[in-house]
Amino acid sequence: MPSPSEPTRDAAPIISLRDVRLSFGAFEVLRGISFDVARGEVVCIIGPSGSGKSSLIRCINGLNPLGGGSITVCGIDVGDPKLDKRALRRRVGIVFQQYNLFPHKTVLQNVMMAPLKVLREPRAEVEARARALISKVRLDGKENAWPGELSGGQQQRVAIARSLAMRPDVMLFDEVTAALDPETVKEVLNTIRDLAAEGMTCILVTHEMGFAREIADHVYFTDQGVIVEHGPPAELFGAPADLRTRQFLDQVL
Amino acid sequence: MSARAFRLPAALARPGAPALMPRPRLWMGLVLLAGFALSVAVAEAQQAAAGRPGALAVLRQWTPFILQGFALNLGMSFLAMAIATVLGLGLGLMQIARSPVLRLPAKFVTHLFRNSPWLVILFAVMYLTPFQMRLPQLGLVMIPDWVKATAAFSLPVMANISEILRGAVNSIPKGQWESAESLAFTRGQTLREIILPQCIKRMIPAWMNWYALLALATPMASILGVHEAVGNAQAAMEAAGSRPEFLGPFYLFLMGLFFVYIYPISLLTRRLERRYAVTL
Repeated sequence: MPSPSEPTRDAAPIISLRDVRLSFGAFEVLRGISFDVARGEVVCIIGPSGSGKSSLIRCINGLNPLGGGSITVCGIDVGDPKLDKRALRRRVGIVFQQYNLFPHKTVLQNVMMAPLKVLREPRAEVEARARALISKVRLDGKENAWPGELSGGQQQRVAIARSLAMRPDVMLFDEVTAALDPETVKEVLNTIRDLAAEGMTCILVTHEMGFAREIADHVYFTDQGVIVEHGPPAELFGAPADLRTRQFLDQVL
Repeated sequence: MSARAFRLPAALARPGAPALMPRPRLWMGLVLLAGFALSVAVAEAQQAAAGRPGALAVLRQWTPFILQGFALNLGMSFLAMAIATVLGLGLGLMQIARSPVLRLPAKFVTHLFRNSPWLVILFAVMYLTPFQMRLPQLGLVMIPDWVKATAAFSLPVMANISEILRGAVNSIPKGQWESAESLAFTRGQTLREIILPQCIKRMIPAWMNWYALLALATPMASILGVHEAVGNAQAAMEAAGSRPEFLGPFYLFLMGLFFVYIYPISLLTRRLERRYAVTL
């Protein structure tokens, strides 16, 4: 098994983590995580609850402070005390487990808001892009619906469209199907699959092992704040080397 | 860990103050009316026997005067509420500011006026403000007592509206802040575009509740000689000979007057409370 701290790719990575650490009080959530993600690559992070997966993904867009080590995203040093968080977040989209749509805005307004207010792009252009994105996540006809009128799966797809409207270079997905009914999980996964097929760089924290196996270029298994094992999905799921990985996969598969 | 992480769960951080008014019921109104009618009937019968105008006749005679006073109660309540709303929202925004220079004074003012008796605030304003003011064009102008009373009533309500705003902002789920932050909104944009618009609905019932309390407090101004409904009723009773049998009908009339005005407001408040109930 290759050491996690070694860069695994030759191309200049779009995301690079080195010995990332994070503590909440005395509790060490992340205890030295290192990996690289190449442009267009799809990376899945799997592992038991409480292994720090979500904390890790939130460090990448600066929602969690960095407790140690370094993260570079699109050339931006996330650990820089003078970090322009807004510049970072224009490059990195994130979708949360709980969708977090703005309930007082329609679907179209949700998608248009950030490009209008943050990027200050012309309304006509933003609206055209927003409508195209809503269509892309297969929600044609829902432009003027309120978030409260939509199913969880539909809301989550709006959240993806809203994030894509900022034209990010990287998309982070934080257990985006964990709060959904089983029948709506598929529609959200289809949307992510389309996105990955178009070459979007994606990092997914997920419990959908089948999906991770199908979509990922590289899978990281984390436990207790460290990467236990990683590799191409066929390798990690097919022939896990570490006992902990085997135990985890036995439990969830 | 950031301070935001310690924010109360939305269900605990209630926007606004606890409802201080008892829940009015229809039977309470009926009892009030029955008592009023009985009292009047008895008094009228007694006075007719003695050959003097009854309390009801006196009350009817002075009703326009009392209603004139009630108009001042309404005027003071509107004006005080307008002042309290503008200042209270400003103070509330200062309370949620990140800069301690804004936050700490706002917290001090809010807690000072929330936790003082209204009557004490009324006296303090009355005696600490000058009784006349030099205005650029008009020269020396007396400040009418009702203006001072209005200013005094607006202070505790201002402080409570400040807390209502702070509570409403805290009741918005943390995920709203995080998703706005992740879309590169600034804090100001997040407040303006995302958080505060969601607070308005949550604030309305508590805001109306404080209006009702404010309107009910305006008769306190009579202590300082403001000619509002209660002051005028007392003056009328005096002018008609201060007979003890006036007391029942006059005060019941005043109660009825305020009840007829406030009860619909509290009914509406409760309906809005139910409709806007935060379900998380």
